[in-house]
Amino acid sequence: MTAAPDHRPTFASISLAERLDGAMPVLLVPILVVLGFFAIGVPSSWLTLTVSGLAMGMMIFIMASGLTLVFGLMDVINFGHGAFVSVGAFVGVSVLIALGEWTGTAYLRLNMSGELLAGEAAMAWPRALGWGFERIIVKPVYGAHLKQILVTVGGLIVIEQLIHVVWGPDEIFISRPETLKGAVTFAGAAMEKYRLLAVGIGLALFLAMRMVLRRTKIGLIVRAGVENGPMVEALGYRLRMVFVGVFIAGSALAGLGGVMWGLYQEVITAGMGEKMMVLVFIVAIIGGLGSVEGAFIGALLVGLLQNYVAFLEPKLALVSNIALMTAILMWRPQGMLPVVKAK
Amino acid sequence: MSDPILSLKAVHTDIAQYHILQGVDLAVPRGQVTMLLGRNGVGKTTTLKTIMGQWAAKAGEVLYDGRDITRLPVSARARRGIGFVPADMGIFSDLTVEENMLLGCTSGPLDPKRKEWLLGAFPALGTFWHSEAGNLSGGQKQMLSIARAMAEDRSLYLIDEPTKGLAPAIVSTMAQALRELKAQGASILLVEQNFPVAKALGDSAAVMDDGRVIWSGEMAELAENTDLQERLMGLSMEAH
Repeated sequence: MTAAPDHRPTFASISLAERLDGAMPVLLVPILVVLGFFAIGVPSSWLTLTVSGLAMGMMIFIMASGLTLVFGLMDVINFGHGAFVSVGAFVGVSVLIALGEWTGTAYLRLNMSGELLAGEAAMAWPRALGWGFERIIVKPVYGAHLKQILVTVGGLIVIEQLIHVVWGPDEIFISRPETLKGAVTFAGAAMEKYRLLAVGIGLALFLAMRMVLRRTKIGLIVRAGVENGPMVEALGYRLRMVFVGVFIAGSALAGLGGVMWGLYQEVITAGMGEKMMVLVFIVAIIGGLGSVEGAFIGALLVGLLQNYVAFLEPKLALVSNIALMTAILMWRPQGMLPVVKAK
Repeated sequence: MSDPILSLKAVHTDIAQYHILQGVDLAVPRGQVTMLLGRNGVGKTTTLKTIMGQWAAKAGEVLYDGRDITRLPVSARARRGIGFVPADMGIFSDLTVEENMLLGCTSGPLDPKRKEWLLGAFPALGTFWHSEAGNLSGGQKQMLSIARAMAEDRSLYLIDEPTKGLAPAIVSTMAQALRELKAQGASILLVEQNFPVAKALGDSAAVMDDGRVIWSGEMAELAENTDLQERLMGLSMEAH
C-alpha cells in the first residue's frame, strides 16, 4: 500500500506556566495543606486536622464517585443518590448492632469481621435498591433534566419515609468497634484510629477505581461513554447496560460511604443522605462532572478546607465550601478536570 | 443485481418537525463501493444515520444481509458487522490513539497483523499511538476514525465524507485504504462530495435529492455523462 507522507512532528517545549496550569488541580491539595500549616501554626493541631480533613474528604469521595459517573455517562441528575447513603448507613449499622458481641470486644479480628460484614451489607442493599431505582424511576426520564430532578427527589423522599417505617423516626446512636475507638499519637498529634482507617479505605477505593477505569476494557468503555455515548454504541457496545452497571456500583459505594459516615459521626438519621448531597454535589461540580479524578481532588479540598476553617474561624466553616466552589468555578467554569463532551 | 448486502425500502425519517427522508429506496451491492451523492442538505447523512439506527426510521424497511434491522438498537447493528465513520469523526479526544483503536475491537484485542496493515496505511497513527487523540490534526483524526472502523473485519462500512477538508496526499492515502478494504471483500457505502474521488472509487452510485434517491446505477455511467450529472446534481464532475 502507498503510505501517506510520514509526519515527523517536532515537539515544542512547554513553558513552566503552561505545565503548572495543567497540573494545578492536582497541586491544589498540597498547596492547601501547606497553607493550612502556616495558618494554624501548631504542627500537632495541623496534623490532627489534616488527617481529619482527609478522612472526611475520602468519605465524601466514596459517596460522590458514583454520582459523577452516572451524570457523565447518561446525563442523569440523580438527587435520589442521597437515599442510598441513608439506606447503606441504616443497614450497615443494623448489622453492627446485631454483631454487638463481635464489635464490643477488643479483638481486632472480630471487630474487622463485623466491619466487613456491615460494609458488605451497606453496599448490598443500595446495590439492589439502585437497580430498581434506575429501572423504575430514572429510565423513563432519560434526556429530561427537569423530570429527572422531580422524580429523583420524589424517590429520595419515599425512601426516607420507608426508613422511618422500618427503623422508626428517631436518630440511632452507634459506637465504633472497640479497636477503632481512641487515637494514636504521632509527633504530638492525636489521630483518631477510625479516621486513619477511613483514609486507607478511601485511598484504596480510589486507586482501585482508577485502575479499573484506566486499565480495563470496561473502564475504557465508561471513559469513552462519558465523552461520546452515541459513538460508543455505534461501535457495538450496549451503553445502557454499562450505565446500569455503573449506577448499581455507584449506589453500592454511596451505601458504603453512608455507613462510614454514620460511624464517623456516631449517629445516623433518615435525612443524613439528603444533607450529604450538598457536599456531594459540590464535589462533583468542582471536580468536573463525569471525572472520578476531579471528584477525588474536589472531595479532599472540601474535607481539608472545612476542617481548617472550622478550627481557625468556626463561624465561617459552613460557608467555606460554597466559597471554594465559587472560586473554582470562576477559575474553571467546567470544573477542575472537566470531561470533554462531544458536541 | 445480485443479492445486495443492504437495502432500504421506502424509508422515511423525521428529525424533530422536519420530514428529512421521504421514501428512500437504495440497494448497496455486495463487495462494491457505492457512492451516495447529492447536494448539501438532501438527506445523505440522515440516510447513513438511519441505516445505523441513530435516527429511527418512521416508516419503511432497512434490510441488512437479508434481515430486517429497522427496529434494532444501534449497538446490535454494529455487532452484526456494520462499521460507521460519521462526518464528525466521533473521535474520543480524552483517550489515546491506541485506546480509540481498542474500542474499535468489540470481540477482543487488536489483531497484530491488522494493526500492522492499518499503521502501514496510516503511519501518522503510529507516530501518535500513545498521544491523546484530541491533539491530532483534522486529517489525522479522520484517519483514526476510518482506521478504528477497520480495526475488525466488518461486512459493510458506512463512511460519511471522509475526505472533507483534507490535503490531496491524505485523500489519496484514504482512497487506497478503501480500495484495499474492498479487495478484502467488504462493501462500502460512501457519502462523498469530492467527485474525482467518487469517480475513482465508486463501482455504483445513488444520487439523492429532496430526501429521495432520484437515480441509481453504475458510477462509470454517471461519470461519463455530463448531461446526467448536471440534470441530477446541477453540477458537472468536469467542473472539479
